[in-house]
Amino acid sequence: MVAQPDIVPVAADGLAQRQSDTRASRRRWFLLAPAIVAIGLFGLFPLVITMIYSVLSPGTYGGVTWDFSTEAYTQFLFERDIFDDTLAFSTTYLNIFARSIGLAFVATIGALIIGFPTAYFIASKPPEQRNVWLFLITLPFWTNLLIRTYAVLLIIRDEGIINMSLINIGLIDRPFGILYTDGAVFMGLIYSYLPFMVLPLYASLEKLDFRLVEAAYDLYATRFQVLKRIIIPAAKPGIVAGCILVFIPGLGAYITPELLGGGKKLMIGNLIALQFGSSRNWPFGSAAALILMVVVMGALLIYVRNAGKDGARHG
Amino acid sequence: MQAAAAADRTRPIPSSDDHMILVDRVTKAFGKGEHSVVALDDVSVTIRPNEFFTLLGPSGCGKTTLLRLIAGFELPTRGRILLEGQEIGHLPPYRRPVNTVFQNYALFPHMTVAENIGFGLEMLGKPAKEIADTTAQMLDLVRMEHLAGRKTDQLSGGQQQRVALARALAPHPKVLLLDEPLSALDLKLRKAMQIELKRLQSETGITFVFVTHDQEEALTMSDRIAVMDTGHILQVGSPKEIYNHPARRFVADFIGDINIIEADLKSVSSGMGTIALAGGTAKAQVQDDGIQPGKVSVAIRPENVELIAPDDPRASTTGEIENVVYFGVGNNVYVRLPDGSELVARSAEAQGKIGDRVGVVLPDEHLQVIPD
Repeated sequence: MVAQPDIVPVAADGLAQRQSDTRASRRRWFLLAPAIVAIGLFGLFPLVITMIYSVLSPGTYGGVTWDFSTEAYTQFLFERDIFDDTLAFSTTYLNIFARSIGLAFVATIGALIIGFPTAYFIASKPPEQRNVWLFLITLPFWTNLLIRTYAVLLIIRDEGIINMSLINIGLIDRPFGILYTDGAVFMGLIYSYLPFMVLPLYASLEKLDFRLVEAAYDLYATRFQVLKRIIIPAAKPGIVAGCILVFIPGLGAYITPELLGGGKKLMIGNLIALQFGSSRNWPFGSAAALILMVVVMGALLIYVRNAGKDGARHG
Repeated sequence: MQAAAAADRTRPIPSSDDHMILVDRVTKAFGKGEHSVVALDDVSVTIRPNEFFTLLGPSGCGKTTLLRLIAGFELPTRGRILLEGQEIGHLPPYRRPVNTVFQNYALFPHMTVAENIGFGLEMLGKPAKEIADTTAQMLDLVRMEHLAGRKTDQLSGGQQQRVALARALAPHPKVLLLDEPLSALDLKLRKAMQIELKRLQSETGITFVFVTHDQEEALTMSDRIAVMDTGHILQVGSPKEIYNHPARRFVADFIGDINIIEADLKSVSSGMGTIALAGGTAKAQVQDDGIQPGKVSVAIRPENVELIAPDDPRASTTGEIENVVYFGVGNNVYVRLPDGSELVARSAEAQGKIGDRVGVVLPDEHLQVIPD
């Protein structure tokens, strides 16, 4: 720390300057190397494998055989008649996609509705108290998602606390089935991903200049108008980030629909898992995964671009 | 306490012609119990229609609290605030026909200049045509027509200031509150905006309540000034009254440069006192009836002190010149008096040089005994 041999005076001759430039850039690469290796090995490489698998043929006992085939992509949209090999348009898988998108979307809206007041509440606390509240928000992460989902299952099942207490106070006389419905998956998704909504919302609400709120009140805005015209626009970056962070993992969720949807209400994640498991159709599983990725990336691009247009006006 | 509040309510409400805003025995305390801090202590003041009224004082004197009470951002702990005879002290900000220009402008960053200016009218539910017309009129008033479509963060400090003014004036409030709006501007711009504000006030005829800690600003713009310190209003008066006849030592000290000399009041007769000070005697005005002979403070502005030859009979006392400081339009001459205290005399021409003995004239129309 005492000497800084790398710092060469600006007026030094060209050679020394060039040497220090090379050294600086070499050091930068050195620092980047672990990240590049990790992304390459665990991100890009598996993605390439998935791409290759999606255009091969399924092996009899799982795995793939090295025969080029676009069957996996065809299968996604069409049903092949087992007798005469003709293709008929089929919405089976599209429906699963649509329901997944729908569920993830509704869960995102739900998380936004619950997360916004929560984040506002934390942001309006004195700074020294905020960390305690943020800690409480992140507390569920201390437990495995699987365990947490089982906990939700125990709460909402027929013999669970909700049904039993409703029966005990006499509101209903037999349990109404929550478990294994879309509603259960919806609850599970909100529960799992709510912190991902609250944290970015908090980050942008915390920066909200409260004097703007006062100025709006002063200019005859009521509470609702202040929320709509001042607070929500200011929180927009957080809303965008939170929605992305909830929607994407929600769309690909596996554990939640598996446990709370009982495996009957398939989401894309379960469909893909099924192909690598009992269906033994790795190419189709790979294709479904890639289609999901493309859809998500496309949607994200449009969303961020639109939000960016608005965001640019915020400066 | 409750009895007092009830008594307050039964007091007759003054008619609305003699005041725009009447602050009636208002106390504001922040916090509860032992930790509470009293920001305003039993303050009463009347602000007249169409006047440019300034709350002047050092930071922490309660001037901003008083402004926020009138705006509705704070509610009084005790006392009433009337606007044209109507009690408004308990109303939320959006139910008061009062608008504020904030110290940091608080412009909405996600809206254009025009949208900012139209915001108040929009919230009042005015028709689009009226909003557009008034916005155009306001843009014209603050000379910002060419920047109507700009985002507020693309504006300079002075331009933001104008937008903040236009935004607050657009809904035609009965009272415009200004919370140190010029403090963020550089000196030249500040001077220009002082004149601009005065012009806007006389053009619109709206009552302005202006908060500042800058006494020069207050003297330049105000019709009347209330000087505040530690939650109290010490003196209310025109800039001339405040400057020439400060009622309290704090006011004298705070407004402009002034010499305050410890003196001995010998006797008082019909508003004139005979005093002994710094090895001499002088006559001084005594405006406060409560002042008794004894130790007092007398005050005189540097520009009213006259330096003459030491043996001139007009001299109240003599002294030695310690320093002469040139400051552009004049000179400050620092004179050490026989009792060791220092006196500043200000004049256009340098009178004497360091080490000279001089006679000091303290004209009795300018020398004033002031209570602490």
